[in-house]
Amino acid sequence: MSAKANVEIIYRHRLPIRIMHWTNVICFTILLMSGLNIFNAHTSLYFGKSSYNGKPAVLEIKAMQTSSGELKGVTSIFGYQFNTTGLLGASAGSDGKLVARAFPSWSTIPGPKWLSMARHWHFFFAWLFVINGVCYVTYAFITKHVQRDLAVTKQDRATIWQSIKDHIRFKHDTGEDAKRYNVLQKIAYLSVIFILLPLVILMGWAMSPFLNSLLPGWIDLFGGRQSARTIHFIVAWLLVGFVFIHVFQVIITGLWNNLRSMITGYFKIESSHAENK
Amino acid sequence: MMAHLPDRRKFFGRLLAGAGAMALAGCDKLSHSETFTKILSAGESLSHNAHRLLSTRKSMAQEFSEADLSPSFRSNGTSSPNSPDYHAMAKNGFADWTLEVGGLVEKPLKFNLAQIQQMPSRTQITRHDCVEGWSAIGKWKGTPLHEFLSLVKPKPEARFVVFYCADPMKADGTNFYYESIDMDDAYHAQTILAYALNDETLPIKNGAPIRLRVERMLGYKQAKYLTRIELVESFDHIAGGKGGYWEDTGYEWYAGI
Repeated sequence: MSAKANVEIIYRHRLPIRIMHWTNVICFTILLMSGLNIFNAHTSLYFGKSSYNGKPAVLEIKAMQTSSGELKGVTSIFGYQFNTTGLLGASAGSDGKLVARAFPSWSTIPGPKWLSMARHWHFFFAWLFVINGVCYVTYAFITKHVQRDLAVTKQDRATIWQSIKDHIRFKHDTGEDAKRYNVLQKIAYLSVIFILLPLVILMGWAMSPFLNSLLPGWIDLFGGRQSARTIHFIVAWLLVGFVFIHVFQVIITGLWNNLRSMITGYFKIESSHAENK
Repeated sequence: MMAHLPDRRKFFGRLLAGAGAMALAGCDKLSHSETFTKILSAGESLSHNAHRLLSTRKSMAQEFSEADLSPSFRSNGTSSPNSPDYHAMAKNGFADWTLEVGGLVEKPLKFNLAQIQQMPSRTQITRHDCVEGWSAIGKWKGTPLHEFLSLVKPKPEARFVVFYCADPMKADGTNFYYESIDMDDAYHAQTILAYALNDETLPIKNGAPIRLRVERMLGYKQAKYLTRIELVESFDHIAGGKGGYWEDTGYEWYAGI
Protein backbone atom coordinates (compact mmCIF):
# COMPACT_ATOMS: atom_id res chain seq x y z
CA MET A 1 0.00 0.00 0.00
CA SER A 2 1.22 3.47 -0.84
CA ALA A 3 2.39 5.75 1.94
CA LYS A 4 0.03 8.44 0.73
CA ALA A 5 -3.00 6.46 1.80
CA ASN A 6 -6.21 8.45 2.01
CA VAL A 7 -8.72 7.58 4.67
CA GLU A 8 -12.34 8.06 3.83
CA ILE A 9 -15.20 7.44 6.22
CA ILE A 10 -18.48 6.42 4.63
CA TYR A 11 -21.91 5.85 6.17
CA ARG A 12 -22.51 2.27 5.21
CA HIS A 13 -25.47 0.80 7.13
CA ARG A 14 -28.55 2.77 8.11
CA LEU A 15 -30.02 2.46 11.61
CA PRO A 16 -33.01 0.21 10.72
CA ILE A 17 -30.69 -2.21 8.90
CA ARG A 18 -28.34 -2.32 11.90
CA ILE A 19 -31.18 -3.00 14.35
CA MET A 20 -32.66 -5.69 12.10
CA HIS A 21 -29.23 -7.29 11.61
CA TRP A 22 -28.62 -7.74 15.35
CA THR A 23 -32.23 -8.85 15.97
CA ASN A 24 -31.57 -11.48 13.36
CA VAL A 25 -28.36 -12.58 15.10
CA ILE A 26 -30.21 -13.10 18.39
CA CYS A 27 -33.20 -14.84 16.77
CA PHE A 28 -31.09 -17.15 14.60
CA THR A 29 -28.87 -18.20 17.50
CA ILE A 30 -31.84 -19.01 19.73
CA LEU A 31 -33.78 -20.72 16.94
CA LEU A 32 -30.81 -22.92 16.10
CA MET A 33 -30.09 -23.92 19.69
CA SER A 34 -33.71 -24.46 20.73
CA GLY A 35 -34.18 -26.35 17.45
CA LEU A 36 -31.38 -28.73 18.41
CA ASN A 37 -33.09 -29.32 21.76
CA ILE A 38 -36.34 -30.14 19.91
CA PHE A 39 -34.41 -32.49 17.60
CA ASN A 40 -33.08 -34.27 20.71
CA ALA A 41 -36.66 -35.43 21.47
CA HIS A 42 -36.61 -37.64 18.36
CA THR A 43 -33.15 -38.08 16.96
CA SER A 44 -33.85 -39.49 13.50
CA LEU A 45 -34.67 -37.84 10.19
CA TYR A 46 -36.59 -39.40 7.32
CA PHE A 47 -37.76 -38.70 3.79
CA GLY A 48 -41.45 -39.27 3.17
CA LYS A 49 -44.92 -38.62 4.56
CA SER A 50 -44.35 -40.55 7.78
CA SER A 51 -41.45 -41.85 9.86
CA TYR A 52 -42.61 -45.44 9.59
CA ASN A 53 -43.01 -46.26 5.93
CA GLY A 54 -40.79 -49.30 5.71
CA LYS A 55 -37.73 -47.22 4.77
CA PRO A 56 -34.83 -46.60 7.15
CA ALA A 57 -34.00 -43.17 8.57
CA VAL A 58 -31.59 -41.04 6.55
CA LEU A 59 -29.93 -39.71 9.69
CA GLU A 60 -29.90 -41.21 13.12
CA ILE A 61 -27.99 -40.09 16.19
CA LYS A 62 -28.10 -42.46 19.12
CA ALA A 63 -26.25 -43.81 22.13
CA MET A 64 -25.18 -47.43 22.37
CA GLN A 65 -23.62 -49.42 25.17
CA THR A 66 -20.19 -50.91 24.48
CA SER A 67 -19.37 -54.43 25.72
CA SER A 68 -17.54 -52.87 28.68
CA GLY A 69 -20.72 -51.00 29.62
CA GLU A 70 -19.63 -47.55 28.50
CA LEU A 71 -21.77 -45.22 26.43
CA LYS A 72 -20.86 -44.70 22.80
CA GLY A 73 -22.33 -42.01 20.53
CA VAL A 74 -23.16 -43.29 17.06
CA THR A 75 -24.26 -41.17 14.10
CA SER A 76 -25.58 -42.95 11.01
CA ILE A 77 -26.03 -41.16 7.70
CA PHE A 78 -27.66 -43.23 4.93
CA GLY A 79 -26.64 -46.33 6.87
CA TYR A 80 -22.97 -45.35 7.27
CA GLN A 81 -22.05 -45.35 10.95
CA PHE A 82 -19.62 -42.98 12.62
CA ASN A 83 -18.39 -42.99 16.21
CA THR A 84 -19.21 -39.50 17.47
CA THR A 85 -18.79 -40.06 21.22
CA GLY A 86 -18.24 -36.79 23.08
CA LEU A 87 -20.14 -34.69 20.55
CA LEU A 88 -23.15 -36.50 19.04
CA GLY A 89 -25.13 -39.29 20.67
CA ALA A 90 -23.26 -39.28 23.94
CA SER A 91 -21.68 -36.21 25.52
CA ALA A 92 -20.66 -34.89 28.91
CA GLY A 93 -23.51 -34.16 31.30
CA SER A 94 -23.45 -31.66 34.17
CA ASP A 95 -21.18 -33.94 36.25
CA GLY A 96 -18.75 -34.51 33.37
CA LYS A 97 -19.86 -38.12 32.80
CA LEU A 98 -21.18 -39.24 29.42
CA VAL A 99 -24.95 -39.13 29.02
CA ALA A 100 -27.10 -40.21 26.08
CA ARG A 101 -28.06 -37.08 24.13
CA ALA A 102 -28.04 -36.38 20.38
CA PHE A 103 -26.72 -32.81 20.45
CA PRO A 104 -24.63 -31.85 23.50
CA SER A 105 -26.14 -29.64 26.18
CA TRP A 106 -23.78 -26.74 25.42
CA SER A 107 -25.37 -26.48 21.97
CA THR A 108 -29.01 -26.44 23.08
CA ILE A 109 -31.47 -24.02 24.69
CA PRO A 110 -32.35 -24.88 27.37
CA GLY A 111 -29.28 -26.95 28.28
CA PRO A 112 -31.11 -30.00 29.70
CA LYS A 113 -33.44 -32.16 27.58
CA TRP A 114 -36.65 -30.19 27.94
CA LEU A 115 -38.86 -30.36 24.86
CA SER A 116 -41.78 -28.22 26.06
CA MET A 117 -39.49 -25.35 27.10
CA ALA A 118 -37.43 -25.58 23.89
CA ARG A 119 -40.69 -25.26 21.92
CA HIS A 120 -41.67 -22.14 23.85
CA TRP A 121 -38.30 -20.53 23.02
CA HIS A 122 -38.43 -21.72 19.41
CA PHE A 123 -41.91 -20.44 18.59
CA PHE A 124 -41.51 -17.08 20.34
CA PHE A 125 -38.29 -16.32 18.49
CA ALA A 126 -39.70 -17.76 15.27
CA TRP A 127 -42.40 -15.09 15.37
CA LEU A 128 -39.83 -12.36 16.09
CA PHE A 129 -37.62 -13.72 13.30
CA VAL A 130 -40.43 -13.74 10.73
CA ILE A 131 -41.66 -10.25 11.71
CA ASN A 132 -38.08 -8.94 11.55
CA GLY A 133 -37.61 -10.60 8.16
CA VAL A 134 -40.80 -9.13 6.72
CA CYS A 135 -39.77 -5.67 7.99
CA TYR A 136 -36.32 -6.09 6.44
CA VAL A 137 -37.56 -7.15 3.01
CA THR A 138 -40.18 -4.37 2.95
CA TYR A 139 -37.64 -1.76 4.05
CA ALA A 140 -34.97 -3.04 1.67
CA PHE A 141 -37.30 -2.76 -1.32
CA ILE A 142 -38.79 0.63 -0.37
CA THR A 143 -35.36 2.21 0.18
CA LYS A 144 -34.11 0.48 -2.99
CA HIS A 145 -31.39 -1.28 -0.95
CA VAL A 146 -32.15 -4.49 -2.83
CA GLN A 147 -32.24 -2.89 -6.26
CA ARG A 148 -29.20 -0.66 -5.70
CA ASP A 149 -26.88 -2.71 -3.48
CA LEU A 150 -27.88 -6.36 -3.86
CA ALA A 151 -29.09 -6.81 -7.42
CA VAL A 152 -26.51 -8.55 -9.61
CA THR A 153 -25.57 -6.26 -12.51
CA LYS A 154 -24.21 -7.05 -15.96
CA GLN A 155 -20.81 -5.89 -14.78
CA ASP A 156 -21.08 -8.25 -11.78
CA ARG A 157 -21.76 -11.18 -14.03
CA ALA A 158 -18.63 -10.43 -16.01
CA THR A 159 -16.51 -10.44 -12.85
CA ILE A 160 -17.72 -13.69 -11.27
CA TRP A 161 -14.64 -15.67 -12.24
CA GLN A 162 -12.29 -12.93 -11.07
CA SER A 163 -14.23 -12.66 -7.81
CA ILE A 164 -13.95 -16.39 -7.17
CA LYS A 165 -10.18 -16.23 -7.73
CA ASP A 166 -9.92 -13.20 -5.41
CA HIS A 167 -11.87 -14.96 -2.66
CA ILE A 168 -9.72 -18.09 -2.88
CA ARG A 169 -6.59 -15.97 -2.50
CA PHE A 170 -8.22 -13.94 0.34
CA LYS A 171 -7.66 -10.83 -1.76
CA HIS A 172 -10.35 -8.38 -0.86
CA ASP A 173 -11.67 -5.24 -2.43
CA THR A 174 -10.12 -1.91 -1.51
CA GLY A 175 -10.76 1.71 -2.38
CA GLU A 176 -13.81 2.41 -4.53
CA ASP A 177 -14.53 -1.32 -4.91
CA ALA A 178 -14.89 -1.72 -1.14
CA LYS A 179 -17.88 0.64 -1.21
CA ARG A 180 -19.94 -1.97 -3.03
CA TYR A 181 -20.76 -5.60 -2.40
CA ASN A 182 -18.84 -7.91 -4.70
CA VAL A 183 -20.70 -10.39 -6.87
CA LEU A 184 -20.17 -13.46 -4.66
CA GLN A 185 -21.26 -11.46 -1.64
CA LYS A 186 -24.42 -10.39 -3.48
CA ILE A 187 -25.22 -13.95 -4.52
CA ALA A 188 -24.67 -15.18 -0.96
CA TYR A 189 -26.92 -12.50 0.55
CA LEU A 190 -29.62 -12.94 -2.09
CA SER A 191 -29.70 -16.72 -1.68
CA VAL A 192 -29.96 -16.43 2.09
CA ILE A 193 -32.64 -13.71 2.03
CA PHE A 194 -34.78 -15.02 -0.82
CA ILE A 195 -34.18 -18.79 -0.85
CA LEU A 196 -32.84 -20.30 2.37
CA LEU A 197 -34.73 -18.20 4.92
CA PRO A 198 -38.13 -18.48 3.20
CA LEU A 199 -37.50 -22.22 2.79
CA VAL A 200 -36.61 -22.81 6.44
CA ILE A 201 -39.76 -20.90 7.50
CA LEU A 202 -41.97 -22.77 5.03
CA MET A 203 -40.63 -26.14 6.20
CA GLY A 204 -41.32 -25.07 9.77
CA TRP A 205 -44.95 -24.36 8.83
CA ALA A 206 -45.10 -27.68 6.99
CA MET A 207 -44.59 -29.48 10.30
CA SER A 208 -47.73 -27.92 11.83
CA PRO A 209 -50.66 -30.34 11.53
CA PHE A 210 -53.11 -27.43 11.59
CA LEU A 211 -51.36 -25.52 8.78
CA ASN A 212 -51.39 -28.77 6.79
CA SER A 213 -55.18 -28.59 6.79
CA LEU A 214 -55.32 -25.17 5.10
CA LEU A 215 -54.62 -26.82 1.75
CA PRO A 216 -54.46 -30.59 2.33
CA GLY A 217 -51.52 -32.15 0.56
CA TRP A 218 -49.48 -28.98 -0.02
CA ILE A 219 -46.55 -30.43 1.91
CA ASP A 220 -46.37 -33.36 -0.51
CA LEU A 221 -44.75 -30.88 -2.93
CA PHE A 222 -41.74 -31.21 -0.63
CA GLY A 223 -42.12 -34.96 -0.13
CA GLY A 224 -44.37 -34.96 2.95
CA ARG A 225 -44.07 -33.95 6.60
CA GLN A 226 -41.01 -35.99 7.45
CA SER A 227 -39.19 -34.69 4.37
CA ALA A 228 -40.12 -31.19 5.53
CA ARG A 229 -38.56 -31.88 8.93
CA THR A 230 -35.39 -33.12 7.22
CA ILE A 231 -35.23 -30.11 4.87
CA HIS A 232 -35.81 -27.77 7.84
CA PHE A 233 -32.79 -29.38 9.52
CA ILE A 234 -30.56 -29.26 6.43
CA VAL A 235 -31.38 -25.64 5.61
CA ALA A 236 -30.71 -24.65 9.22
CA TRP A 237 -27.18 -26.07 8.86
CA LEU A 238 -26.72 -24.38 5.45
CA LEU A 239 -27.53 -21.13 7.24
CA VAL A 240 -24.95 -21.99 9.89
CA GLY A 241 -22.49 -22.52 7.02
CA PHE A 242 -23.36 -19.06 5.70
CA VAL A 243 -22.82 -17.55 9.16
CA PHE A 244 -19.38 -19.17 9.43
CA ILE A 245 -18.25 -17.86 6.03
CA HIS A 246 -19.81 -14.46 6.78
CA VAL A 247 -18.00 -14.14 10.12
CA PHE A 248 -14.76 -15.40 8.57
CA GLN A 249 -14.98 -12.72 5.86
CA VAL A 250 -15.78 -10.10 8.48
CA ILE A 251 -12.64 -11.06 10.40
CA ILE A 252 -10.22 -11.16 7.46
CA THR A 253 -11.47 -7.93 5.89
CA GLY A 254 -11.07 -5.96 9.11
CA LEU A 255 -12.96 -7.14 12.17
CA TRP A 256 -13.24 -3.80 14.00
CA ASN A 257 -13.99 -1.75 10.91
CA ASN A 258 -16.76 -4.14 9.85
CA LEU A 259 -18.13 -4.46 13.35
CA ARG A 260 -18.16 -0.68 13.78
CA SER A 261 -20.05 -0.27 10.53
CA MET A 262 -22.78 -2.62 11.77
CA ILE A 263 -22.95 -0.84 15.16
CA THR A 264 -22.47 2.87 14.38
CA GLY A 265 -22.95 2.68 10.63
CA TYR A 266 -19.55 4.16 9.76
CA PHE A 267 -17.04 2.28 7.65
CA LYS A 268 -13.45 3.36 7.00
CA ILE A 269 -12.03 3.03 3.51
CA GLU A 270 -8.33 3.38 2.86
CA SER A 271 -7.45 4.23 -0.67
CA SER A 272 -4.20 5.30 -2.23
CA HIS A 273 -3.63 7.42 -5.30
CA ALA A 274 -1.75 4.55 -6.85
CA GLU A 275 -4.91 2.49 -6.78
CA ASN A 276 -7.11 5.11 -8.37
CA LYS A 277 -7.86 4.05 -11.87
CA MET B 1 4.46 -7.84 19.18
CA MET B 2 4.24 -11.24 17.49
CA ALA B 3 5.06 -13.07 20.70
CA HIS B 4 1.93 -11.68 22.30
CA LEU B 5 -0.37 -12.79 19.52
CA PRO B 6 -1.03 -16.36 20.66
CA ASP B 7 -1.71 -15.04 24.18
CA ARG B 8 -4.12 -12.49 22.84
CA ARG B 9 -5.86 -15.07 20.70
CA LYS B 10 -6.15 -17.40 23.70
CA PHE B 11 -7.51 -14.53 25.75
CA PHE B 12 -10.19 -13.67 23.19
CA GLY B 13 -11.00 -17.34 22.75
CA ARG B 14 -11.54 -17.71 26.48
CA LEU B 15 -13.49 -14.48 26.63
CA LEU B 16 -15.84 -15.73 23.90
CA ALA B 17 -16.25 -19.16 25.48
CA GLY B 18 -16.87 -17.55 28.86
CA ALA B 19 -19.43 -15.13 27.47
CA GLY B 20 -21.15 -18.00 25.66
CA ALA B 21 -21.34 -20.14 28.79
CA MET B 22 -22.74 -17.19 30.74
CA ALA B 23 -25.38 -16.52 28.07
CA LEU B 24 -26.40 -20.20 28.15
CA ALA B 25 -26.63 -20.26 31.94
CA GLY B 26 -28.74 -17.10 31.60
CA CYS B 27 -31.10 -18.84 29.17
CA ASP B 28 -31.51 -21.75 31.58
CA LYS B 29 -32.25 -19.35 34.42
CA LEU B 30 -34.83 -17.56 32.26
CA SER B 31 -36.48 -20.91 31.49
CA HIS B 32 -37.27 -21.21 35.21
CA SER B 33 -38.60 -17.64 35.52
CA GLU B 34 -42.37 -17.41 35.60
CA THR B 35 -42.48 -13.93 34.05
CA PHE B 36 -40.14 -14.85 31.22
CA THR B 37 -41.95 -18.07 30.31
CA LYS B 38 -45.18 -16.09 30.27
CA ILE B 39 -43.58 -13.74 27.73
CA LEU B 40 -42.39 -16.72 25.65
CA SER B 41 -45.90 -18.18 25.63
CA ALA B 42 -46.96 -15.15 23.58
CA GLY B 43 -45.69 -17.27 20.70
CA GLU B 44 -48.41 -19.84 21.40
CA SER B 45 -51.22 -17.24 21.47
CA LEU B 46 -49.89 -15.65 18.27
CA SER B 47 -49.85 -19.01 16.49
CA HIS B 48 -53.30 -19.96 17.80
CA ASN B 49 -54.85 -16.66 16.73
CA ALA B 50 -53.07 -16.62 13.38
CA HIS B 51 -54.29 -20.14 12.64
CA ARG B 52 -57.85 -19.20 13.59
CA LEU B 53 -57.68 -16.17 11.29
CA LEU B 54 -56.33 -18.24 8.41
CA SER B 55 -58.80 -21.05 8.59
CA THR B 56 -62.38 -21.94 9.22
CA ARG B 57 -63.48 -24.57 11.74
CA LYS B 58 -63.98 -26.88 8.78
CA SER B 59 -60.55 -27.13 7.14
CA MET B 60 -59.75 -30.83 6.72
CA ALA B 61 -56.61 -32.70 7.66
CA GLN B 62 -54.95 -34.53 4.79
CA GLU B 63 -56.19 -38.07 4.20
CA PHE B 64 -53.98 -40.75 2.71
CA SER B 65 -54.25 -43.99 0.74
CA GLU B 66 -53.74 -47.54 1.99
CA ALA B 67 -50.30 -47.49 0.33
CA ASP B 68 -49.18 -44.83 2.82
CA LEU B 69 -50.08 -46.86 5.93
CA SER B 70 -47.26 -47.39 8.43
CA PRO B 71 -46.45 -51.13 8.64
CA SER B 72 -47.25 -51.07 12.35
CA PHE B 73 -48.73 -48.14 14.21
CA ARG B 74 -46.39 -47.45 17.09
CA SER B 75 -47.65 -47.04 20.61
CA ASN B 76 -46.63 -43.97 22.56
CA GLY B 77 -47.23 -42.80 26.10
CA THR B 78 -49.15 -45.52 27.97
CA SER B 79 -49.06 -48.88 26.19
CA SER B 80 -50.89 -50.80 28.91
CA PRO B 81 -52.76 -48.88 31.64
CA ASN B 82 -51.48 -49.51 35.16
CA SER B 83 -54.99 -50.25 36.47
CA PRO B 84 -56.51 -53.61 37.57
CA ASP B 85 -60.03 -52.31 36.81
CA TYR B 86 -59.04 -51.62 33.24
CA HIS B 87 -57.52 -55.05 32.70
CA ALA B 88 -60.55 -56.76 34.23
CA MET B 89 -62.73 -55.03 31.63
CA ALA B 90 -60.26 -55.81 28.82
CA LYS B 91 -60.45 -59.53 29.72
CA ASN B 92 -64.18 -59.34 29.20
CA GLY B 93 -63.88 -57.69 25.78
CA PHE B 94 -64.92 -54.35 27.33
CA ALA B 95 -68.52 -55.60 27.63
CA ASP B 96 -68.85 -53.78 30.99
CA TRP B 97 -67.12 -50.64 29.81
CA THR B 98 -69.21 -47.47 29.48
CA LEU B 99 -68.59 -43.97 28.22
CA GLU B 100 -70.30 -41.20 30.12
CA VAL B 101 -71.02 -37.94 28.29
CA GLY B 102 -72.07 -35.18 30.66
CA GLY B 103 -71.26 -31.78 32.12
CA LEU B 104 -72.85 -28.73 30.51
CA VAL B 105 -75.41 -30.67 28.45
CA GLU B 106 -79.21 -30.89 28.42
CA LYS B 107 -79.30 -34.66 28.55
CA PRO B 108 -76.30 -36.58 30.02
CA LEU B 109 -76.01 -40.08 28.56
CA LYS B 110 -74.07 -43.29 29.01
CA PHE B 111 -72.99 -45.46 26.09
CA ASN B 112 -71.62 -48.97 25.94
CA LEU B 113 -69.30 -50.22 23.22
CA ALA B 114 -72.00 -52.02 21.21
CA GLN B 115 -74.18 -48.89 21.16
CA ILE B 116 -71.27 -46.76 19.95
CA GLN B 117 -70.45 -49.24 17.19
CA GLN B 118 -74.06 -49.06 15.95
CA MET B 119 -73.92 -45.28 15.54
CA PRO B 120 -72.94 -43.72 12.16
CA SER B 121 -69.23 -44.16 11.61
CA ARG B 122 -66.41 -42.51 9.72
CA THR B 123 -63.24 -44.16 8.42
CA GLN B 124 -60.17 -42.05 7.73
CA ILE B 125 -56.50 -42.65 6.91
CA THR B 126 -54.62 -39.89 8.63
CA ARG B 127 -51.18 -38.95 9.86
CA HIS B 128 -50.42 -38.89 13.55
CA ASP B 129 -47.79 -36.24 14.35
CA CYS B 130 -46.07 -36.59 17.70
CA VAL B 131 -44.79 -33.47 19.45
CA GLU B 132 -41.40 -35.22 19.51
CA GLY B 133 -41.19 -35.01 15.73
CA TRP B 134 -42.13 -38.41 14.31
CA SER B 135 -45.23 -39.26 12.23
CA ALA B 136 -47.14 -42.48 11.60
CA ILE B 137 -50.07 -43.10 9.25
CA GLY B 138 -53.02 -45.20 10.36
CA LYS B 139 -56.58 -46.04 9.30
CA TRP B 140 -59.12 -45.20 11.97
CA LYS B 141 -62.79 -46.07 12.21
CA GLY B 142 -65.04 -44.54 14.81
CA THR B 143 -68.08 -42.47 15.69
CA PRO B 144 -67.87 -38.74 14.98
CA LEU B 145 -67.98 -36.77 18.21
CA HIS B 146 -70.74 -34.53 16.79
CA GLU B 147 -73.05 -37.59 16.78
CA PHE B 148 -72.71 -37.76 20.58
CA LEU B 149 -73.10 -34.00 20.92
CA SER B 150 -76.34 -33.96 18.97
CA LEU B 151 -77.74 -36.56 21.39
CA VAL B 152 -76.66 -34.90 24.64
CA LYS B 153 -77.33 -31.31 23.42
CA PRO B 154 -74.57 -29.01 24.74
CA LYS B 155 -75.67 -25.96 26.71
CA PRO B 156 -74.70 -22.59 25.17
CA GLU B 157 -72.10 -21.94 27.87
CA ALA B 158 -70.10 -25.09 27.00
CA ARG B 159 -66.74 -24.01 25.55
CA PHE B 160 -64.52 -27.07 25.88
CA VAL B 161 -64.85 -30.84 25.75
CA VAL B 162 -62.74 -32.67 28.35
CA PHE B 163 -61.74 -36.32 27.87
CA TYR B 164 -60.96 -38.46 30.93
CA CYS B 165 -58.89 -41.61 30.49
CA ALA B 166 -58.34 -44.93 32.27
CA ASP B 167 -54.53 -44.72 32.36
CA PRO B 168 -52.91 -43.38 35.53
CA MET B 169 -49.70 -41.49 34.80
CA LYS B 170 -48.18 -42.01 38.26
CA ALA B 171 -46.81 -45.36 39.45
CA ASP B 172 -49.13 -45.26 42.49
CA GLY B 173 -52.17 -45.45 40.20
CA THR B 174 -53.20 -41.77 40.39
CA ASN B 175 -53.03 -38.74 38.10
CA PHE B 176 -55.10 -40.04 35.20
CA TYR B 177 -54.43 -38.85 31.66
CA TYR B 178 -56.88 -36.27 30.37
CA GLU B 179 -57.18 -33.83 27.48
CA SER B 180 -59.41 -31.03 26.23
CA ILE B 181 -60.40 -29.50 22.89
CA ASP B 182 -62.51 -26.51 21.90
CA MET B 183 -65.97 -26.65 20.28
CA ASP B 184 -64.55 -26.00 16.78
CA ASP B 185 -62.57 -29.21 16.99
CA ALA B 186 -65.40 -31.01 18.79
CA TYR B 187 -67.78 -30.46 15.85
CA HIS B 188 -65.09 -31.07 13.19
CA ALA B 189 -65.97 -33.84 10.71
CA GLN B 190 -62.72 -35.74 11.34
CA THR B 191 -62.98 -35.68 15.12
CA ILE B 192 -64.00 -39.23 15.95
CA LEU B 193 -64.02 -41.64 18.87
CA ALA B 194 -62.14 -44.50 17.22
CA TYR B 195 -62.68 -48.17 18.03
CA ALA B 196 -60.78 -49.70 15.08
CA LEU B 197 -57.25 -49.26 13.76
CA ASN B 198 -56.17 -50.63 10.36
CA ASP B 199 -59.43 -52.66 10.03
CA GLU B 200 -58.96 -54.39 13.38
CA THR B 201 -60.31 -53.85 16.88
CA LEU B 202 -58.34 -51.04 18.50
CA PRO B 203 -55.43 -52.73 20.35
CA ILE B 204 -54.70 -51.97 24.00
CA LYS B 205 -51.38 -50.34 23.10
CA ASN B 206 -53.25 -47.82 20.92
CA GLY B 207 -56.03 -46.96 23.39
CA ALA B 208 -58.70 -49.71 23.53
CA PRO B 209 -61.63 -49.72 23.62
CA ILE B 210 -62.04 -46.10 22.44
CA ARG B 211 -59.67 -43.25 21.78
CA LEU B 212 -59.99 -39.73 20.48
CA ARG B 213 -58.79 -38.70 17.02
CA VAL B 214 -58.60 -34.94 16.52
CA GLU B 215 -56.66 -34.79 13.30
CA ARG B 216 -55.44 -31.19 13.09
CA MET B 217 -53.66 -31.48 16.44
CA LEU B 218 -50.46 -33.11 17.68
CA GLY B 219 -50.37 -36.60 19.19
CA TYR B 220 -50.79 -35.67 22.84
CA LYS B 221 -54.35 -34.45 22.14
CA GLN B 222 -55.35 -37.94 20.92
CA ALA B 223 -56.46 -39.22 24.35
CA LYS B 224 -56.61 -43.02 24.70
CA TYR B 225 -58.63 -45.36 26.99
CA LEU B 226 -61.59 -42.93 27.24
CA THR B 227 -63.97 -43.35 30.17
CA ARG B 228 -65.81 -40.06 30.45
CA ILE B 229 -66.46 -36.90 28.44
CA GLU B 230 -67.40 -33.65 30.12
CA LEU B 231 -68.45 -30.37 28.54
CA VAL B 232 -67.19 -27.41 30.54
CA GLU B 233 -67.00 -23.64 30.41
CA SER B 234 -63.43 -23.63 31.72
CA PHE B 235 -60.89 -26.29 32.70
CA ASP B 236 -59.20 -24.20 35.42
CA HIS B 237 -60.57 -26.47 38.15
CA ILE B 238 -59.48 -29.77 36.55
CA ALA B 239 -56.18 -31.36 37.69
CA GLY B 240 -53.34 -28.85 37.06
CA GLY B 241 -55.77 -26.43 35.38
CA LYS B 242 -54.01 -26.30 32.01
CA GLY B 243 -56.45 -28.52 30.13
CA GLY B 244 -54.44 -31.73 29.78
CA TYR B 245 -51.87 -34.04 31.31
CA TRP B 246 -48.98 -32.75 29.17
CA GLU B 247 -50.27 -29.19 29.31
CA ASP B 248 -49.97 -29.37 33.10
CA THR B 249 -46.26 -30.17 32.67
CA GLY B 250 -45.63 -27.16 30.40
CA TYR B 251 -46.72 -28.13 26.88
CA GLU B 252 -48.96 -25.76 24.91
CA TRP B 253 -52.72 -26.21 25.16
CA TYR B 254 -52.93 -25.22 21.51
CA ALA B 255 -51.44 -28.29 19.82
CA GLY B 256 -51.89 -27.29 16.16
CA ILE B 257 -48.17 -26.59 15.74
